[in-house]
Amino acid sequence: MLASKRLQKELLKMHAHLPPGIDIVSTDDLKEWLMDIRVLDPNPLYQNEVYRLKFSFSKSYPIEAPEVVFVQDTNRPIPWHPHIYSNGIICLDLLDRQGWSPVHNVESICVSLQSMLTGNTKKERPPGDDNFVKYNTQRPRDINFLFHDNSV
Amino acid sequence: MDSDDEFNSSQGSEDEFMNDQDSDVSIGDADDGEFLVLRPKKSVNKFRWLDSDIDIDEGDGGFESQDKDIKSSKHSYEVDFTVYSPEQIQEHQNSQIGEVGNILGQPPEATAILLRHARWNKERLIESYMDRTEEVLESAGLGESASDPPKIEKIKGFACDICCEDEPGLESFAMKCGHRFCVDCYKHYLQTKIKDEGEAARIRCPGDGCNRIVDSKSLDFLVSDNLKDRYQELLTRTYVDDKDNLRWCPAPNCEFAVECGVKDKELAKIVPTVHCDCGHFFCFGCSLTDHQPAPCSLVKKWLKKCEDDSETANWISANTKECPKCHSTIEKNGGCNHMTCRKCRHEFCWMCMGIWSEHGTSWYNCNRFEEKSGSEARDAQAKSRQSLERYLHYYNRYANHEQSAKLDKDIYLKTEKKMSQLQISTGMSWIEVQFLESASQALQQCRQTLKWTYAFAYYLARNNQTEIFEDNQKDLEMAVENLSEMFEKPIDQLESLKVEMMDKTAYCNKRRIILLNDTAENLKSSNWEFNVVLS
Repeated sequence: MLASKRLQKELLKMHAHLPPGIDIVSTDDLKEWLMDIRVLDPNPLYQNEVYRLKFSFSKSYPIEAPEVVFVQDTNRPIPWHPHIYSNGIICLDLLDRQGWSPVHNVESICVSLQSMLTGNTKKERPPGDDNFVKYNTQRPRDINFLFHDNSV
Repeated sequence: MDSDDEFNSSQGSEDEFMNDQDSDVSIGDADDGEFLVLRPKKSVNKFRWLDSDIDIDEGDGGFESQDKDIKSSKHSYEVDFTVYSPEQIQEHQNSQIGEVGNILGQPPEATAILLRHARWNKERLIESYMDRTEEVLESAGLGESASDPPKIEKIKGFACDICCEDEPGLESFAMKCGHRFCVDCYKHYLQTKIKDEGEAARIRCPGDGCNRIVDSKSLDFLVSDNLKDRYQELLTRTYVDDKDNLRWCPAPNCEFAVECGVKDKELAKIVPTVHCDCGHFFCFGCSLTDHQPAPCSLVKKWLKKCEDDSETANWISANTKECPKCHSTIEKNGGCNHMTCRKCRHEFCWMCMGIWSEHGTSWYNCNRFEEKSGSEARDAQAKSRQSLERYLHYYNRYANHEQSAKLDKDIYLKTEKKMSQLQISTGMSWIEVQFLESASQALQQCRQTLKWTYAFAYYLARNNQTEIFEDNQKDLEMAVENLSEMFEKPIDQLESLKVEMMDKTAYCNKRRIILLNDTAENLKSSNWEFNVVLS
C-alpha cells in the first residue's frame, strides 16, 4: 500500500523531470523497474557506455531499501568498479540496512551510483570477485557487506 | 548423509534431552522438599565470577554453603561463571541506570540511552560526559535538553518525504533534529525496525544521514503496546550483546544469560564450557554445544573439514584406487581387471595393483598376490592414502559418538519408562531408581567429550603427552562402552546390577574428569603440539 503509492508518486515526478544521464527503461509493475544510467563527465572508464540497473521493491519500500543491481545485456555491460562485482551486485552502504534512509528514492539512488562511477579511476573488481560470483547464492540484501572504504 | 545436518540434529536432540531433564527437576521441586535437599537446584551463586559487578539475589542462598562443601575444589577444565535470569539482567540494568543517572543528573530515560550508546561502559561514559557534556549528548542523540515532551503537529504546507503525501491536515512528528515525517510513516518505520529488523537501542531518525537515536519517550508516544514489550525485550538483549562478559544461552527458548570472564584471546588456552540453569552445556567462547577438550579454533576447523571433505573422502576410499604409477584416482566402472590408466597409460591389475604384463594368461583371476611389483605398488598406494585414512579414522570415531549420543537420547526417554517400571516391579522408591538417570547423564556427557577428543586428536602432533592422552581416551572409551552395554539390559536384571552400575557411572565420570583435567592443563601450559596453527 505504502510502497505502491509512493512508487506511483516517484514515477509521476520522474516522468516530469529527470537529471541528465538517467533514463527510465521500464516500470511495468510496481515490483521491478529498469533504469539506464550514463556517466556524464569524460571518465575514460565509462565513456560511451550505458549501464542498466534493476530495482526490486519489497512491500515495505521505502522503509526498507530496494534491491539494486546492475544487469548485463547485449550493449549494457557491468561497469568496472572496486565495489561492483562482475555479477552486478553493488556494495554501497546507501543500499544496505544501515545506510538506507526512507527519504532516498529511485532517482537519488541513480544519482548516487552515477557519482560513484564518476569518482572512480580504477579498472578493478572487488577483491575475491571470482569466488563471490561463483559461490554467492544470497540475495544482495542478505549479504553482510563490510563498508571499510569511504573514498570511492 | 550431510555431516552438518547430523551435527545440528544431534545438538537439537541434546537440547530436548536437557529440557526433559529440566522439566523433571521442576516436578521434583513441586513434589516435596526432601528432593530439593538431595539434589539442590543449581544455585545461581554456585560459580561466582569474582570480578562480577552484578549483585545477585540471594534467594537460593540456603544451598550455597552446601554446594561449596560438596564441590570444594574446582577442576582445571572448569571455568568460573554465573547464570542470570532475564529479571536479574533487567534489575541489574536498572540499578546501573539509577546509579549513573544520579552521577550525571539525567533522568532514567536519557541515562539509559547514554549507557546504551556507550555500550554499558559506565566509567568511560561518566568521564567523557564530565569532559564534554554537549558532545556526548549530541552523539547519543540527546542534543540540547530533551525535556520538551514529544508531540504530534499539523503544519501547513507540510509534505512527507517518505510517502510524498502533502494533503492539508496531515499529522506529522519530528524529534529535536527537526526531520519531520507524517505520523503513519514514522510509525511504519519504527514498526519495521523493531519487528522485522530487531533493532531497539540504536534506531535512528529516518532522515538521511541523521544520527539522532529515537528515544524511548518518542517511541512510547508512537508505537502500540504490544510493540513496546518487544522493544523492551530487545533493549534487554542489547545489554547482554554489548557486554563482552555476558552471553545468551543458545538453547532453544532459554532466556538465561551467562557471565564468564574468559576473553577471546584466551581461547587458545582455555575451553570455557559453562552450564546454563536450563541444563544446556555450551562453550562461552563460541556458543556451540560443549566441545571440551578441543579448543574453539580447532572445532571450527574440524566442522568445516567435515562439512567439506568427509563424504567425498568416504566415497573415494570405498570406491576408488590409485594408479600405481601416477596416483590418479581411478574408479573401476565394471568388467575386466586389466586397467589402463587414462592419464599415464600404465597398465595394471585392479586386484593386486601389479603390472599387467606379469599376469601372463591368468585373465580375470588374479592369483599373483605375492608378486613383488604388486606389493610394492600397494605399499606406495597405502602411503599416499595415509592422510585420507587418518582423517577417516578420526572422523568415523567422531561420527560414531555423535550417532551413539543420539541413540543414548532415545534410551534416556526409555529410561524414564524403565524407572517407573522398576519402581513398580521391585518396590524401590523414586529416589532409589535415580541411578538410571545418573547413568544416562554420564553416558551423554562422556560421549560428548569422547566425540571431541577425536577431533582434538586429529590435529594433535605426536609427542610424549599424546600417549597419556590416548591412554586416557582409551580408558574413557572402555568405561563408556561398559556402562552403555549394562544400560541396555532388560528391566528384571537392572535391580541386581544397581550397585555395579552406580560404580561404573562414577568410574565414567571420573575418567572423564581425568581426561579433561589432563588436556586442559596441558593446553594452558602450551604442552600440546598441533599440526595446524591455533588462532
